[in-house]
Amino acid sequence: MASSMLSLASASPSASLALQDDCKTKLKLGTTDLASFLRKEKRNPFMTAKSCGRITMVAVTASRFEGIIMAPPDPILGVSEAFKADTNEMKLNLGVGAYRTEELQPYVLNVVKKAENLMLERGENKEYLPIEGLAAFNKATADLLFGADNKVIQQQKVATIQGLSGTGSLRLAAALIERYFPGAKVLISSPTWGNHKNILNDARVPWSEYRYYDPQTVGLDFDGMISDIKEAPEGSFILLHGCAHNPTGIDPTLEQWEKIADVIQEKKHIPFFDVAYQGFASGSLDEDAASVRLFAARGMELIVAQSYSKNLGLYAERIGAINVVCSSVDAAARVKSQLKRLARPMYSNPPVHGARIVANVVGDPALFSEWKAEMEMMAGRIKGVRQKLFDSLSAKDRSGKDWSFILKQIGMFSFTGLNKAQSDNMTNKWHVYMTKDGRISLAGLSSAKCEYLADAIIDSFHNVK
Amino acid sequence: MRVPQTAVMSGRYLTNRRRVSTSRAKSGFLGWWDHVPQAPKDPILGVTEAFLADTSPLKINLGVGAYRDDEGRPVVLRCVRAAEARIAGAQLLESISTAASTKLVERSVQLLYGMDVDIVKQKRVSGIQALSGTGACRLFAEFQRRFYPESHIYLPIPTWSNHHNIWRDAQVPIRTFRYYHADSKGLHFAALMDDIKNAPDRSFFLLHPCAHNPTGIDPTEEQWREISYQFKVKNHFPFFDMAYQGLASGDPDRDAKAVRIFFEDGHLIGCSQSFAKIMGLYGHRVGCLSILSGDEMQATAIRSQLRLIARAMYSSPPVHGSFLVSTILGDQDLKALWEEEVKVMANRIIKMRTTLRRTLEKMGSSVNWEHITNQVGMFWFSGLSPQQVDEMAKKFHVYMTHDGRISMAGVTRSNVDYLATAIHEITKSD
Repeated sequence: MASSMLSLASASPSASLALQDDCKTKLKLGTTDLASFLRKEKRNPFMTAKSCGRITMVAVTASRFEGIIMAPPDPILGVSEAFKADTNEMKLNLGVGAYRTEELQPYVLNVVKKAENLMLERGENKEYLPIEGLAAFNKATADLLFGADNKVIQQQKVATIQGLSGTGSLRLAAALIERYFPGAKVLISSPTWGNHKNILNDARVPWSEYRYYDPQTVGLDFDGMISDIKEAPEGSFILLHGCAHNPTGIDPTLEQWEKIADVIQEKKHIPFFDVAYQGFASGSLDEDAASVRLFAARGMELIVAQSYSKNLGLYAERIGAINVVCSSVDAAARVKSQLKRLARPMYSNPPVHGARIVANVVGDPALFSEWKAEMEMMAGRIKGVRQKLFDSLSAKDRSGKDWSFILKQIGMFSFTGLNKAQSDNMTNKWHVYMTKDGRISLAGLSSAKCEYLADAIIDSFHNVK
Repeated sequence: MRVPQTAVMSGRYLTNRRRVSTSRAKSGFLGWWDHVPQAPKDPILGVTEAFLADTSPLKINLGVGAYRDDEGRPVVLRCVRAAEARIAGAQLLESISTAASTKLVERSVQLLYGMDVDIVKQKRVSGIQALSGTGACRLFAEFQRRFYPESHIYLPIPTWSNHHNIWRDAQVPIRTFRYYHADSKGLHFAALMDDIKNAPDRSFFLLHPCAHNPTGIDPTEEQWREISYQFKVKNHFPFFDMAYQGLASGDPDRDAKAVRIFFEDGHLIGCSQSFAKIMGLYGHRVGCLSILSGDEMQATAIRSQLRLIARAMYSSPPVHGSFLVSTILGDQDLKALWEEEVKVMANRIIKMRTTLRRTLEKMGSSVNWEHITNQVGMFWFSGLSPQQVDEMAKKFHVYMTHDGRISMAGVTRSNVDYLATAIHEITKSD
């Protein structure tokens, strides 16, 4: 498998080395001199062909990884790259999964700046965190999710460990499932966040899909969902989005959540929540945790992954948590110990910076209030552009099509119902960048551009099949 | 309670009994986790837990390898404080984290391969920012399994305990090669070379380039050259775990000698680098995994595959620490300051070795304490037995790992006498 550059190399390494010795004699060089001779040439190590026949072949080992092919490009990142390359002044990037201001700039929350200043002033040390992470953070995150007065917290039935944002927390959960429930399946919604499949695949956990998105209604296929959950083998793990479903923006109502919990209990499945938008979806931390709390209130054991990437804008610091609600204190302690055992060979202990920011924000009443206000502002801006987009669509579109799904959907993302060809039209004709599944990110939409976007959507929907 | 049918597996992770909870069955909910046993404490990090629980004022923690100053306090380097002040308010956003990562990789490999080689310009390094040394090793182990599913990893006896966990969890079977010679308390070089020769061609070996953990015993330069030569003969893959560059001798270039010998010999090296100890950035989890390729195209392909593996584990690495490292290594003054500070740390450890040895000898100990000063780096492989280690903890409140490894970084002028006394007491009858 040697590359063409090394094709002249002899197959047997020992022969190559014999050549090296031979060349050394010719050049009257010792081992060290040969090395420094090669180095002094200051060029690619392949280069010494001129000086001594096949020294080149001897100098470099054939790569072990010759046959490795380029990995496929990330479908979402590709959108951003194409957007950057576009020179049209009307261009709009609705592929981005990160919050943007009305000016379409990235946003660092004020509370984060304040917390970081506090941390800088205090001059805290940089010692290792314990494997399970920062204790103050773990307490804060579980309290935020379940409510500090929740029974499961009071009774110490929750095993919480700090994780590398949502992805890292999901991966730990997947590893736990693989180790203690080998062969058990995780059911994921169709569609779901692309990385869910990667995480489960790499963790070697089998998965299958349950119906979720109904293209007819651009809403929830509730019957399909219930039916598929019912049909799954007993003891499956059902991956649910706690709020602001990614990519559709379609969440079950509280009534529907109750029915989902019913069927999960009936089939002895385990609910496995991915909570990436608590506080960011509706603006209220409590409201966005309602689904999780509903399940916990029934005494169900559950797994919940959390992320602070969006609600605290801490995307780059990788802060989140994995929580396992167990039926006993003892089980919670044992599960926590095994989560630590999975984390140690992955990264030993989690990064400190993001954890301290969260702990500082949540731990200070003034900062906590300010955070809640900033979250309301961010969620508010998104609700605002949803409204404006809906108004523009309703005003401009004479076909009578029902655009109200834009208002019913929640969170950063919206499934527009546009198919691939229509999505391509959005990009090619209107310079609106989105993912091929028809998903747009409202976080990347400004109030000023709503009318333009409405025009683009109407055109794509009606004129492109 | 019903445990799912599939939950029947090897005893290592499960309790032997499957309890049936009738009361739970009655109340309608399930105890899913009954078959999950309590995990044993991590052999290294568990020591800190025991230490924290000890109430004795005399207690000393010589377990985990975290540097302490002469007052026994954790240290944040001045170059780090300076870098922090510089980046404060820099708005470390997700939009720049990729660029930050790339910079971190470039500076890391430059540090590793030295300023003589423009390794970055050669474009045949696949580098990816990793979660400190552990994360870099794990990425490599996963990568190894994915592209060499039949391969093993050869680990030295002994090695950092977490190496075993990492390759095991990545499902790469482990083999070992001889390294430490208990009788001489030195390197078992002949056995090492034998094991390298006897391993099947094209095997993957993990090597500690300096300050071997836990023994502190490193091959000499000559011995490294022989090892490199033998690796060429056997076409083995050298994977270096570089956690102490600069901290072993005080000189980052000297500490990278082994890697550079292999590089000069044309090996396509894999290397995990950690900034935890050398820059005191333990909690920030900054590291780098790099793999050398034959050409740019392959380097790009490998990098893309490494990113895929990282994406399914944690998506992207934390940016704060990597910014600190890039800032320090990218600024002439800060880098010079770092080199000064790492030398101070290395020298203090070397001084403590000398002091401990001298103190023990002055006490009239008949034991040979040469190995205290012969060994290199943060750890002293004391040779104390597990029973002696337990006694040190119980009787003297001195904590170390069960293999007798002592973190010299935790020894200070104020505790070295007490430590010597304790060791002397324990070993008097030897």
